[in-house]
Amino acid sequence: MSAFPLPRLSLRFIPVWRRNLRVWRKIMVPSIMGNFGEPVLYLLAFGYGFGRLVGDLGELPYMVFLASGIVCSSAMYTASFEGMYSAYTRMSEQKTWDGMLGAPLNLDDIVLGEIIWAATKALFSAGAILVVAAVLGLISDLRALLALPVILLAGFCFGACAMIVTAVSRSYDFFLYYFTLAVTPMLLLSGVFFPLEQLPTAVAALAWALPLVHVVEIVRPLMTGAWPSQVPLHLSVILVYGLVGLTVATALLRRRLMR
Amino acid sequence: MDPLDPPSIPAPIAQAQGLVKRYDGRTVVDHIDLTVQPGECFGLLGPNGAGKTTTLRMLLGLTPPDEGALSVLGEPIPERAREARRRLGIVPQFDTLDPDFTVRENLHTYADYFGLKGRARRQRVEDLLRFASLESRRDAPISALSGGMKRRLTLARALINQPELVVLDEPTTGLDPQARHHIWQCLRGLLKSGTALILTTHYMEEAERLCDRLAIIDRGRVVAQDSPQSLIRTHIEPHVLELDGPTAMAWLDAQTGDLPARLWRMGDLALLYTLQAAPLTAALEQAGIRYLHRPANLEDVFMKLTGHELRD
Repeated sequence: MSAFPLPRLSLRFIPVWRRNLRVWRKIMVPSIMGNFGEPVLYLLAFGYGFGRLVGDLGELPYMVFLASGIVCSSAMYTASFEGMYSAYTRMSEQKTWDGMLGAPLNLDDIVLGEIIWAATKALFSAGAILVVAAVLGLISDLRALLALPVILLAGFCFGACAMIVTAVSRSYDFFLYYFTLAVTPMLLLSGVFFPLEQLPTAVAALAWALPLVHVVEIVRPLMTGAWPSQVPLHLSVILVYGLVGLTVATALLRRRLMR
Repeated sequence: MDPLDPPSIPAPIAQAQGLVKRYDGRTVVDHIDLTVQPGECFGLLGPNGAGKTTTLRMLLGLTPPDEGALSVLGEPIPERAREARRRLGIVPQFDTLDPDFTVRENLHTYADYFGLKGRARRQRVEDLLRFASLESRRDAPISALSGGMKRRLTLARALINQPELVVLDEPTTGLDPQARHHIWQCLRGLLKSGTALILTTHYMEEAERLCDRLAIIDRGRVVAQDSPQSLIRTHIEPHVLELDGPTAMAWLDAQTGDLPARLWRMGDLALLYTLQAAPLTAALEQAGIRYLHRPANLEDVFMKLTGHELRD
């Protein structure tokens, strides 16, 4: 058996995904309220508070600029949280995965199901912000709907990366490193709060090597009434991070749990 | 039928040959051979750390063996473990019930893992709620269940796919006597309906009551494999005299010459294993020593084969 076998993909991930959806539905009302409440707060506090100072960014009012950024960062945060804290709880504390392994499900199905679930939650929360943005008149036209599949892919990417961290984690404390060393820098460097052009070239180059900026580069034009450019390039970066994340996470988790 | 035909021997429901598992250079399972026949209850008996759970995990395809060949329900393991798990049920040592769900939702969700849908699923869930006597607790959260209820639900969950084989890892550890008897009752019902069982236990009573055959495992090896009765017959003297207390020990110390028995002694407790109890009981009666005369049991065999020292 090779050290890093490829994940065996199968539709058997669906019952794993459906299990998580079923749990989510039980706490749907507070979940949805959270999905709406937080972004509204962010938009109002940052947009009105900060936006007054900043004024417009080129053609865009700051609120409009910010709304599209927050859609992307929320996808990243939601998928990362789900792939770490929630998935780790199911793996390690609740033994939900052990129960699944007693059924005709393989670890590969579970990992894929968890990552796609993380992507789904990213879609829920980013979708809620889209609705809020639309209500506040921060969206130009129906092109914004095309952001949704991009968000789903981004959620898969960040969920898969988070699953690697889960695979090597011995406790919840470990997740803080990933947030401090990866998620937060990505949030600050990827053009969510201010344009990338403000950064020194070297820092901007680093940002381009990370996935979040590529999500922003597609989603922002779609929400502000323009067509994004270099879409295949941006999508490829997001997809490669996602697939590498899935492969590495599956291999590490097999080594951890199927020994 | 041609009388010269050999009688048809049913294919074993599970078979392991030369099974080996090492962790960090330590051999946990050391060339284990096992054969489980359809419809029988097969026990794996051994002290803690003997390799029972690791052996079960390998049978289920959850741990890849380092050496050896393994087949369960005719499927090679671990290559086709998913296909085998479709047709078997698992009761793990520690409950893996889903705390995010109620009793009914646990069964419902587990049925989904097996691809059960619609009316068939609803019907199966109802049947199993009745089987586990949990109908009145159907909407209770898992945290509200007693240990015995959780075990019953775990067993019911393992039956969701009407398995041909159920694998149980210490099914009654930590249960009170009532709950234990209830589980045994359920297991006997399964055996009666033709379901084969493989169980690990370190309760001798459980093994003696339930198992048709068992393997005693120690330090990763099978040290004996047979029916409980044959194990007792072949490995141990039929009579046991139990003595305890300082008076009895003083009497033992005063015995010069060979006792007509095999003696095991720890502190103030002594066990005398013998082929003929009469001479000893006569001597004890005469000396006025209190004793307990009982037939040898599986625990005596177990202690003889695995030694008396503490494990862990």
